[in-house]
Amino acid sequence: MAAKIQVSTTVNGEQRRFQCEPQQTLLDVLRDELALTGTKEGCATGDCGACSVMLDGRLVDACLVLAAEVQGKKVETIEGMAQGEELHPLQRTFLEHNGSQCGICTPGMLMAARALLERNPDPSETEVRYWLAGNLCRCTGYDKIIRSVLAAAKEMRGA
Amino acid sequence: MTNILEESGFDPNRKLRIVGTSPVKPDGRDKVTGRAKFGADLALPGMLVGKVLRSPHPHAIIKFIDTSRAQALPGVMAVVTRDDFPEIPPGTGEGDLTRNVMAREKALYDGHAVAAVAATSESIAKQALKLIRVDYEKLPHVIDAVEAMAPGAPILHEHLRAEGIKGAEDKPTNVVERQEFRMGDVEAGFREADVVIEREFRTCPIHQGYIEPQACVANWTKAGRVELWCCTQAHFGMRDNLASILDIPKEEICITGAEIGGAFGGKTIMYAEPLAIQLSRKAKRPVRIVLNRNEVFRATGPVSGTHSRIKMGVTRSGRFTAAEAEMVYQCGAFTGSMYYNGAQTMFTRYDLKNAKAVAYEVVSNRPKVNAFRAPGVPPVVFGVESVVDELAKAIGMDPLELRLKNAATEGYTTIYGETFGPIGFVETLEAAMKHEHYRAPHSGPNCGRGVAAGFWWNRAGDTSGKLRITADGSVNLLLGTIDIGGSRVSMCMMAAEELGIPLERVSAVIANTDQVSYNRLTAGSRVTFSSGIIVVDCARQAIAELRRRAAAAWNVSEQEVVYEDGTCRLARAGGAAPLSMAELVKRGGPISCSSTLAVTGAGPGFGVHIVDLEVDRETGGVKILRYTVVEDAGKAINRHQVEGQYQSGAAQGVGWALNEEYIYGEDGRLQNPSFLDYRMPVASDLPMIEAVIIEVPNPKHPYGLRGVGEVPVVPTLAAIANAITSAIGVRPYELPMSPPRLLKLIETAGTSKS
Ligand code: FES
Ligand code: FES
Repeated sequence: MAAKIQVSTTVNGEQRRFQCEPQQTLLDVLRDELALTGTKEGCATGDCGACSVMLDGRLVDACLVLAAEVQGKKVETIEGMAQGEELHPLQRTFLEHNGSQCGICTPGMLMAARALLERNPDPSETEVRYWLAGNLCRCTGYDKIIRSVLAAAKEMRGA
Repeated sequence: MTNILEESGFDPNRKLRIVGTSPVKPDGRDKVTGRAKFGADLALPGMLVGKVLRSPHPHAIIKFIDTSRAQALPGVMAVVTRDDFPEIPPGTGEGDLTRNVMAREKALYDGHAVAAVAATSESIAKQALKLIRVDYEKLPHVIDAVEAMAPGAPILHEHLRAEGIKGAEDKPTNVVERQEFRMGDVEAGFREADVVIEREFRTCPIHQGYIEPQACVANWTKAGRVELWCCTQAHFGMRDNLASILDIPKEEICITGAEIGGAFGGKTIMYAEPLAIQLSRKAKRPVRIVLNRNEVFRATGPVSGTHSRIKMGVTRSGRFTAAEAEMVYQCGAFTGSMYYNGAQTMFTRYDLKNAKAVAYEVVSNRPKVNAFRAPGVPPVVFGVESVVDELAKAIGMDPLELRLKNAATEGYTTIYGETFGPIGFVETLEAAMKHEHYRAPHSGPNCGRGVAAGFWWNRAGDTSGKLRITADGSVNLLLGTIDIGGSRVSMCMMAAEELGIPLERVSAVIANTDQVSYNRLTAGSRVTFSSGIIVVDCARQAIAELRRRAAAAWNVSEQEVVYEDGTCRLARAGGAAPLSMAELVKRGGPISCSSTLAVTGAGPGFGVHIVDLEVDRETGGVKILRYTVVEDAGKAINRHQVEGQYQSGAAQGVGWALNEEYIYGEDGRLQNPSFLDYRMPVASDLPMIEAVIIEVPNPKHPYGLRGVGEVPVVPTLAAIANAITSAIGVRPYELPMSPPRLLKLIETAGTSKS
């Protein structure tokens, strides 16, 4: 058994330290070592987007990032999206438009959608669809997810 | 007193406050904040990681299994193989169940479980799997169901004799069963027809495609009880099945259903749960098994592939005279295709007098199939609704008008013997014909429009639940049915409506198997209907109890007490001040009502789909341009939830029609067990999907609802096939119409549509 690696990182603004095996992914560590189970595993091969998180401001699939790589970096997950009781506008519109059905894809969708709106506050429907094409949902047919994102974008623009 | 099944209290003129709106669901907040606990999210102290070793061979005798090296690896706490499961004779229901979760005499498909380990870490568990030696004797295999029926095909189960096939009772076969349904005189019916069309169709097995892989945590406690946490649609059914294959009394097993990350029928049976239990029993620690996506594809799910031959006759004036079908369902290594559903429902929605449907179920070296929305139905309705489209063209009639002319109405007796009560097929068809989508022109080179209709009977069955009013006057529902499609919010809405209180005062939790009586699984679009009846029944009992308490407080008869909007008051003016629910709970303690019923009265559902699409002649790609689902919900309790069901059904059908399939190599191994190679629709593949809710009430339900979860996938395959035909002038008889198949089809068509 290879020796464990010591990693220190920031998760949702908090300083965290953990030990991991060299082959463990960020997703494994978030879920199993840091008890942040909001980030989901649908495939572990980078094909479903359920594990979408932000790493130093970039949207990544946590299942494709080695845990040891996050040393000194900034990780943001779904657990950090609301400010206390105050939901992010995307979280609110996902509730209002029922953009979350079973909910397993929802954390990844929300992280991906927030990343979109940070770089493009006024996306077209097509832009939302292509941006979210890496996030699979089997429950909604995407209709209500797209509506949720467009509604949040509008609200955030103050339109 | 009449019971709610005899007298639902349905009133079409009732003024509704909450039912029929789209409030936010109570479980929503946890889902958007990452707090909802799904199958893989539970961790117990001392919990071990379980992993499963799977056969790489599609068909092989397991000569012996040597686990000694794995057992000796530090950190490995338990290993189980077939020897850890009680022997149950093959050829029985339980014999099949136990053999599917853990291979016994033979491995029957690529991915069949042969051993499992529990270790202190994932990496140790994986390493341990590599140390297990399995001695296989490879056997010839068969993947295709029609080939599996041929004489000389490799036989999967020596004990299997074809039921229903004369003369074949004494030889081993791969045919599980043949069933025939018939009504009237089919031959005479065809003689009356002016046009008869007969065609053959093929569909491929697909996967349910839930994003959450199966996951469970099993804990064999010191007291000898089994605690199981898992994402399942069928916690009671699983409890009973586990009890029989593991030889444990039912009462000693308690299953708690986790939030479930998509299921669609695919989480109705057990997979790794019994393995986790046996590992926990041996290791004396909790064990978690989470399947990975590769295992999900290779060992769970899929839906049957089918071959069908369909023949229908019509008169020049547009009346169907007869219909006949013969179909073969492949079911993988064990029975489970629900082929009889297809045979019974494929023509049901037309008022046919003469019909015959014969279905065969055939085993082959693939994973055992499992249910998927309207199990068994969409692939054969693909054939029927394609033939109906051809018939309409042949007699020069609008395809929806032809369907309308033949639509079943109240009083029609189906091929399976049910006489329809009030149904909404005509209303659904008329709404589709009037819809702006259907009337809008659709043109452009390589563009086409298709329509198709579908039916599902909807289900009911054993259901149990409780309603409690707590000290502060809030209401808590304890539901016995797993929420897979957003049923909890609808239950809360019905309770709030019935009790006349704000929705915020009602909460709902899903009961574990210790807390309420047996519930049939969540499937067949039965839950909002059945559990809804339980909730309304409980609410009515609660109101009666509240009135009793108020009457006692005021020393009057119950008749003199009026219950209204959460309070009791005297019927006559003046006198005592009204008493709220909270005050009434103070007098006499918390109120708890329960209801357990073998629910009946589910209302059949009908849907019509309209799809516009464009075919790219160079790539063979299909772009869905517009999609409209029109379906009778009876009554939409929560409109957003109903729309979501319609939209997802259409989207799943698009995947089924255009891309999804299981691809096997010559070696009998699945070649595309990943989301990269198994192509489900993504957001950019689809347009918005318009959901049109028709409401022809089902009077057997207090609010008139019908199930809505199955119908939306039924017409999709044919609607898309019909649209492709309209776009390129040549008809697909085989699905999925993936780019290579579509290019070939275009080639055979030769010149483009003029
Ligand atoms: S789990 Fe990471 S992309 Fe699917
Ligand atoms: S809501 Fe279930 S997968 Fe998206």
